[in-house]
Amino acid sequence: MQIELWINEKKVNADIAPDMLLIDFLRNQGCSSVKRGCETANCGLCTVFMDEKPVLSCSVLAARAAGHRVVTLEGLQEEAQDFGAYIADQGAEQCGFCNPGFMMNAIAMFRENPDPTEEEIREYLAGNLCRCSGYEGQMRGIQSYLAYKREKGERK
Amino acid sequence: MIEIAKYVRAESLQQAYELNQKKSNAVIGGMLWLKMQRRRVNTAIDLSDLGLNTIEETPEEYRIGAMVTLRQLEQHAGLNELTGGAVRESVRDIVGVQFRNLATVGGSLFGRFGFSDVLTLFMAIGAEVELYQRGIVPVEKFAQMPRERDILVRVIVPKTRQNTVYLSQRNTRTDFPVLTCCVSKTDTEIRCCIGARPMKAVCLRDEKEILQAGITPETAQIFADYIKEHVETGSNLRGSREYRRILAGVLTKRAVLKIAENTGEGERCR
Repeated sequence: MQIELWINEKKVNADIAPDMLLIDFLRNQGCSSVKRGCETANCGLCTVFMDEKPVLSCSVLAARAAGHRVVTLEGLQEEAQDFGAYIADQGAEQCGFCNPGFMMNAIAMFRENPDPTEEEIREYLAGNLCRCSGYEGQMRGIQSYLAYKREKGERK
Repeated sequence: MIEIAKYVRAESLQQAYELNQKKSNAVIGGMLWLKMQRRRVNTAIDLSDLGLNTIEETPEEYRIGAMVTLRQLEQHAGLNELTGGAVRESVRDIVGVQFRNLATVGGSLFGRFGFSDVLTLFMAIGAEVELYQRGIVPVEKFAQMPRERDILVRVIVPKTRQNTVYLSQRNTRTDFPVLTCCVSKTDTEIRCCIGARPMKAVCLRDEKEILQAGITPETAQIFADYIKEHVETGSNLRGSREYRRILAGVLTKRAVLKIAENTGEGERCR
């Protein structure tokens, strides 16, 4: 079947199988940041934005995404670099496989709630699993990124 | 892995209903549960284009479209005000934000899943489901009905003055609950719904009028013991029948005492 949608602001037309999942479609389109981690809709590695909301691309039919705007980490390079540096500074991740999904959902959180409490961060990111760490490095990275943002805001 | 031969975005409820009469076809809802099954679906029926993704408010009720996501429920000011935050509490630990942005209220209720937080909540707050063919049915009755090939159109929550508390026990955050408990007190009754037993939720009432004269630590305990004795539980990998029975008592007591605190009866409970 024929679908048309926007991937990272680019209009894409494609002929797909009705049961193709959005994750596979995006990877075929060159968005290799989108990872499959669990196959049970639990790990958050495949997180992308659909109409600006974070969703699990492993559980959305590509057909359902037709007519919608999908954004992957490839389309958020600037924001990701800015924030990613703080995660890297903490050496938060080891294998890095969970990173793209984590970055996507953290960016979604910052957009929705620019100044979250620790409890709000833990709750928002509960659906992003990391099997190397205990999340402490990520928490420190987020906190120092938020501190930097606050400082930058105050200076303006 | 699910296989789908054809995908149709229904253009009307009638079309969706007709397509759904064939056993090999399926309404996909948020598709989270369906995707986990080993199954061949001939036609996947998507209700996305039917305008069922909004929560409407009338003077008497909230009308929640079947395609409203759990995240929308979580963030809805009116529903959370009505229920004292019980709506948010019931869904906040369901996997993660990305999951709740997909999972639909229609899918959650139509499945009448044993593990369902959502079923427990809506049963307790006296909600009804609107089915395309059968019409309006209370959630409590719907939970017991045999599976029909009807279409769940919306969920209706009456604006009944209530005091509601939702609690659940989880072995780890974001896992399925070991037990769910939602107690709702209105001007006329107290409903205590226990779910994830692991069978689907049931609604128990204060038939012995234990809390009739007011909630005190003593009556709360007697009521909790009553629930513990009368609720049927079972065992699975998350917990045993006996453990769940104890949990049912503990969560009921906590919920009832919390209601007393919220209504001001709490003074007597300190």
